[in-house]
Amino acid sequence: MSERQRGDRPVLAVEDLTVTIGTRRGPARAVAGVDWSVRAGETLALVGESGSGKSMSVLAATGLAPRSARVTGRVHLLGTELTGLPAERRRRMRGRHVGFVFQDPMTSLNPVLTVGRQVIEAAEEHLGLTRRAARARAVELLDLVGIPSAAERVDAYPHQFSGGMRQRVVIAMALACEPDLLIADEPTTALDVTTQAQIVELVADLQRRLGTAVVWITHDLGVVAGIADTVAVMYAGRILEQGPVDAVFADPSHPYTAALLAARPDPAAGGGDLVTIQGAPPSPLDLPAGCAFWPRCPVRGDARCEHELPPLAPVSADHHVRTFYPHQPDGGSR
Amino acid sequence: MARFVIRRLLQSGVVLLGVTLVVFLLLQLVPGDPVRVALGTRFDPQTYEALRARAGLDQPLVAQYFNYLGRALTGDLGVSFRSGRPVTSIVLERLPATLSLAVTAVVFAMLIAFPLGVLSAIRSGSFIDHAARVFSQFGVSVPDFWMGIMGILLFAGVLGWLPPSGYVALTEDPARWASHVALPAATVGLVTASILTRFIRSSMLEVLSEDYVRTAEAKGLRTRVVVLRHVLRNALIPVVTVVAVQLASLLGGVIVIEVLFAWPGIGRLTYDAVQARDYPVLQGAVLLVAALFLLVNLLVDILYARLDPRITVR
Amino acid sequence: MSAGGEGGGDGQLRRALSALRHDPLALTGSAVLALLVVVGVAGSWLAPSGVNDVDVDRMLESPSWSHPFGTDELGRDVLSRVMVAARVSLQVGLVSVGIALVVGVTLGLFAGYYRGWLDNVLMRCMDVLFAFPVLLLAVAIVAVLGPGLLTAMIAIGVVYTPIFARVTRAGVLSVREQVFVRAAVSIGASDLRIMRRHVLPNIAAPLIVQTSLSLAFAILSEAALSFLGLGVQPPAPAWGRMLYDGRGFVTDAWWLGVFPGAAIFLTVLAFNLVGDALRDVLDPRQLTVSEARRSTA
Repeated sequence: MSERQRGDRPVLAVEDLTVTIGTRRGPARAVAGVDWSVRAGETLALVGESGSGKSMSVLAATGLAPRSARVTGRVHLLGTELTGLPAERRRRMRGRHVGFVFQDPMTSLNPVLTVGRQVIEAAEEHLGLTRRAARARAVELLDLVGIPSAAERVDAYPHQFSGGMRQRVVIAMALACEPDLLIADEPTTALDVTTQAQIVELVADLQRRLGTAVVWITHDLGVVAGIADTVAVMYAGRILEQGPVDAVFADPSHPYTAALLAARPDPAAGGGDLVTIQGAPPSPLDLPAGCAFWPRCPVRGDARCEHELPPLAPVSADHHVRTFYPHQPDGGSR
Repeated sequence: MARFVIRRLLQSGVVLLGVTLVVFLLLQLVPGDPVRVALGTRFDPQTYEALRARAGLDQPLVAQYFNYLGRALTGDLGVSFRSGRPVTSIVLERLPATLSLAVTAVVFAMLIAFPLGVLSAIRSGSFIDHAARVFSQFGVSVPDFWMGIMGILLFAGVLGWLPPSGYVALTEDPARWASHVALPAATVGLVTASILTRFIRSSMLEVLSEDYVRTAEAKGLRTRVVVLRHVLRNALIPVVTVVAVQLASLLGGVIVIEVLFAWPGIGRLTYDAVQARDYPVLQGAVLLVAALFLLVNLLVDILYARLDPRITVR
Repeated sequence: MSAGGEGGGDGQLRRALSALRHDPLALTGSAVLALLVVVGVAGSWLAPSGVNDVDVDRMLESPSWSHPFGTDELGRDVLSRVMVAARVSLQVGLVSVGIALVVGVTLGLFAGYYRGWLDNVLMRCMDVLFAFPVLLLAVAIVAVLGPGLLTAMIAIGVVYTPIFARVTRAGVLSVREQVFVRAAVSIGASDLRIMRRHVLPNIAAPLIVQTSLSLAFAILSEAALSFLGLGVQPPAPAWGRMLYDGRGFVTDAWWLGVFPGAAIFLTVLAFNLVGDALRDVLDPRQLTVSEARRSTA
């Protein structure tokens, strides 16, 4: 076990985070008042369809939002308030305290630099490693993420690796400074199924050994069950349901969560009917006043849903849901 | 890598063969008898026969071509209809003037285009970006010889800082060479710079939107490091080609500029050969230029393969 | 690239035209071109004096009300000569690009459609033409054919043919594998019909862009050729030739250098503005081959 144990103080916490992106057709509200936090050794899963704001909330919190984005709210990283800090200070936190793994390993590595060089760059920048030490560390990191004969492959170029191996390189890169937090933005989406499982297992294993906090961004609830401690389901820039993964899975209180769980292909059921949700999410340029899910909602409450935003209210101690009509476990679909 | 080089060498060889054929056929396209046309009023039967025989025009066409090719391979490009001197030495004599002008112009162009193109991409939408776009639109639309005339008007006429035309060899007097090369090189260089600026800007913008640039930013690297190590290196690979193609076409002799500034390079030689109907010299100049052009392109492709690790594997 | 076979070109053209209406730069360019066409067609009627009205008492006069662009070394009215010369530039530009377009597209179409040895031979020929700097080749061709309007058009047409052949071939290669082309092949449509009805409309976008940008380069090339005395022959006026004739007097008579050159610049700029706007709409990723290759030689 690592010296970093699960603590009470969150590694990263965002409060009332809002991201508005200036577009040619007016401001688009990508994230609309979101709160979440993740503690050391813990995994938070941010779940949602593409465009739900799950990635944007993380990018904005760490200063990687596009230049046209306006970010408000509070972000605490290791107890330091990040919002309002100059970009330079936030840059120094990235890579050093927060490591990133992005979706597509085919495009997230620079084609003209060796993998060793890319893996160790962050450590050179933040820890001031010498060339020699850096190289040894690169080999060590590649070895850690399970790349065979790392000492030889350290001088290879990204195109000489398979997709799964590249994603391992990206993970090694993210871990170069032993960050307190690892942000994994759909890290398995671009990979085939067997490789997906290997990468999920690798991250879970590294987390156990290093005690890192993980924010895992995904649209795949199947992955969430296996690795997450807490889960936040996002829709149209807002959190609809949030809580410990067991509670949410056992008792999905929001109709959207219930629908997502029902839509999940269940290997145990031998590939039964795939339930899909009718319709599409609203445009971030034109969000409704009430519940954003209302037009697609199978429960279809009343006019209140259309005109009034439901609050994020507790259903149990840590389990919160944003709906006027919580899904009843007894009448549920499970 | 070796296989790549060999394949490119063979390709260039085939194209060069085609080039010699085109250059050879140029003479056949002259309406009437080229030697008679060239001699004009100075016609005298003895010279006429000698020149015809020397140019091989008394033989069948196919034999003429193979003779031409064979002699070209040994460096013999025939003799001038006018002076009777070997074409090869006439052309090579003009190379230094053209070379010094072309290189100066390209260096000048790069000094402008690199900072302008890079800044305009990094600060996309800013004042410098707009300025760069106006500049590059101006440069690709303006006739270079008109800009040259305007330069003469301003710097030689109104201000009197520079000579309006003429040439002094670099080896003879570097300072006077510089004062003479300044106007033609700036004229050619500004046009080249505008093309380069545009290309560098779009290449940079393309790379800036790549995922690996976001990865580099996510590592918390300084902006300078992100730009220099991750963006520039990738963005400049295609730019190398454009710079080289520009240089190669300038080596071809900036005909109009050399005529305007009385610069005794390959371009001026071509012009004089056209005026005098000295077809062997015209052929020689065109052949040499095309060969240089091919050579530069070949070297660029090899350099490109070295810069981009992905190519050698393909 | 539109998915449907028929009408792809029309739809793209309509889209392009409507987009141009909202682009101030393209509108300006179009306005300049419209003006140019009027002057090109009616220049000799609109011009205040005859192009060859020599007046030795009024040599090298600076701009005035009677001669807004001044007079040249023979006392001729520069404004009138600039106006009449517009026709030559437009004519050479349009005809030479027309030649390059027809020949280049035909070659590229056959090369890309039939592939194999035909493709190889045609494209190697294009490589050979590509191995010469643009203006040098044009000068050489005009030199052997003899200077004049027609030979200038032919020379510029030949020089720009390979660009059209390459753009066309690249387009054909990507289109011919698409479903609607295969479908047409499977119902037994003739090759020529497939090329005309299915392939051409779908590669119209890059060709439209290339045509408008090539017009700009062709007019620059014409100006350069006539500067070298290889274009339309005196006493007919041409912008490039006017600059050549005036270059010796330019420090004393700036108007001889400024006005004909400004006419070339504005014409080329107008074509470039329209061409760039078309590219932004129709084919934003088109390789700027001609830009990279535009030779100052």
